[in-house]
Amino acid sequence: MGYVAVSGGRTAIDNAEKFLMMRRLGNESSGPDIELLKKSLHFLVDRVMGEGSLYAPDLAALAVMQSAGDTFEASFMIRAYRTTLPRFSYSLPVDTMNMRVIRRISSAFKDIPGGQYLGPTSDYTLRLLDFEMLDEDAPAIKKSIGEAMEKAGLESMPSTLAGVIDILRRENLITGVSSLPGKDEGCFDVTRESLSFPAPRSAAMQTMARGETGGMLALAYSNMRGYGSAHPTIGELRVGYVPMEVKHPYNRGVCSVGEILMTEAQIISDIDTQDGSPKFALGYGLCFGHNETKAISMATLDRAMQVQTDETKYPSEDQEFVLQHIDGIEAMGFANHFKLPHYVTFQSALDRLRASQAKGSRVKNGKGE
Amino acid sequence: MELDFNFGFLDENAKREIRRKILKAIAIPGYQVPFGSREMPIARGWGTGGLQITLSIIGPDDILKVIDQGSDDSVNAVNIKKFIGKVTGVGTTEDTLKATIIQTRHRIPEEKLSENQVLVFQVPLPEPLRIVEHSEKETRRMHAEADYSAMWLYLYESIVKFGEITLGAGYPVMVNSRYLMSPSPIPRFDIPRLSMADTLYLFCAGREKRIYAIPPHTYVEGIGFEDHPFRIEDFSGKSCAACGSEGTYLNEIIDDETGSRTYQCSDTSWCRKVSRGAVK
Repeated sequence: MGYVAVSGGRTAIDNAEKFLMMRRLGNESSGPDIELLKKSLHFLVDRVMGEGSLYAPDLAALAVMQSAGDTFEASFMIRAYRTTLPRFSYSLPVDTMNMRVIRRISSAFKDIPGGQYLGPTSDYTLRLLDFEMLDEDAPAIKKSIGEAMEKAGLESMPSTLAGVIDILRRENLITGVSSLPGKDEGCFDVTRESLSFPAPRSAAMQTMARGETGGMLALAYSNMRGYGSAHPTIGELRVGYVPMEVKHPYNRGVCSVGEILMTEAQIISDIDTQDGSPKFALGYGLCFGHNETKAISMATLDRAMQVQTDETKYPSEDQEFVLQHIDGIEAMGFANHFKLPHYVTFQSALDRLRASQAKGSRVKNGKGE
Repeated sequence: MELDFNFGFLDENAKREIRRKILKAIAIPGYQVPFGSREMPIARGWGTGGLQITLSIIGPDDILKVIDQGSDDSVNAVNIKKFIGKVTGVGTTEDTLKATIIQTRHRIPEEKLSENQVLVFQVPLPEPLRIVEHSEKETRRMHAEADYSAMWLYLYESIVKFGEITLGAGYPVMVNSRYLMSPSPIPRFDIPRLSMADTLYLFCAGREKRIYAIPPHTYVEGIGFEDHPFRIEDFSGKSCAACGSEGTYLNEIIDDETGSRTYQCSDTSWCRKVSRGAVK
């Protein structure tokens, strides 16, 4: 009997795990170097923290290592680990005005209060392969970094930077964001409640903050390209460290529990007339780590989902469409589950097809009789 | 036994929430109760819903069986069983009658289950109306108003186009004459077993974050028309090549060399029992 396709499970699974480990480590490996990985692949680690929805650089680096760089798998491990942790409390709201910025730009105004800080970016670097990196040696790099720092001169950054958007808001050029239909009583927690639609904005923002970068980019891009009307201008984009504060469980005092790296994007969008007079509309994006593509995509989608129209909505403007499809862990899990056996279900479909064929199809090529 | 995790992997608050949602689901047969689905260490779509139910209701004295498409040996069933064993330390079995909790994907075992057992279904798509309405907001309204006309129309159109109702597995059922429900992708063959059973049936979709239930002794039927009634898969004149059973759900096997077709029970536990002569 040639029917062995579904059996032999235990040994097969154990061996599959070993093969994967062998492929990652090869024959000669010095083992994982989490510290090096955290530094050299920091964008990857940040992305995994964001999509895994847990700010834990060491664990994210471990997940990246364990998954051999697969962002879906790595974020997935972080999410699964998250399940084992009880929720003690919620942090206090973060005021990004107090962000210790490492980068801050506006593409709306040339001169902004506090100034523009380019910071670490590859935006203007030619994307040529740098073959010298192959022979890079640590002392030489240290020396050139030292020289660069000396030349630049260390100017201390202001501890708070007023937001660019506030200038426009003071001039009454910006709409409020109260136009979403979902009711928002306090803060929704998407990790503890399932979404209902229309979802409150806090639920939409949380879902996007842990959304998959590529999936969000695709939807935001569709809107920018013409299937929508967000037309974003980046009012402000800032990257930096924000203090994380919680209320002490006993004495109710505010205590700082550390600081986390975040990226924030505020986009100014099309002119809206919702509260009477024409004003600019806003979109907001905020995510863990340094991930500008995600923050901009999030801000664009935030704006797109607030569009009120009687006409058919574009996918990026349909809250259900966006929020139900941007979670990487859910999407990749479901797409991959089709590898599981479907013998029973397929047999059932076969039975229906044969029954239908036996009756003789009355309709050919979708045209009626 | 020393465990690396909390008993059942989930933290106690999560278990408590899931148990409450299960109670609500039992109180409203066939109604989909939203819950805060947690991420499990197996992927979404691979049984994370069923797993959360099992881990929330399981105790140290339970005996667990896990099947995938009727099979105890399927890699996914083995994987889930291994995981639950690791985080709870409970005993497992392949014998349908010995298990207290059976987690299943796409089948109901051939042997009749008792009131001392719970069958936990893994559900990929809990919404039976999704084929006629993509919006969740709208399908929830349709359930609230018992507005199932779009589904009846779908069945009617299917008959006009193909001469038959072409829905295969996961055929929509009416529970307690009130809620239209997806029985998960079990074959139609298993649907009569859902009705007036002694066993509690729990369903959970992890990715879609819904729990629902069919309590014991609840009337369940596959929907159909008088002249096109609900029909189960037809295996008349066919029997299992391994154990000789007739009247079980069979998988079709195509022989490599001859291209001929034989059939084998999808329920491996049943098939082995019959082969051993352990079933009269």
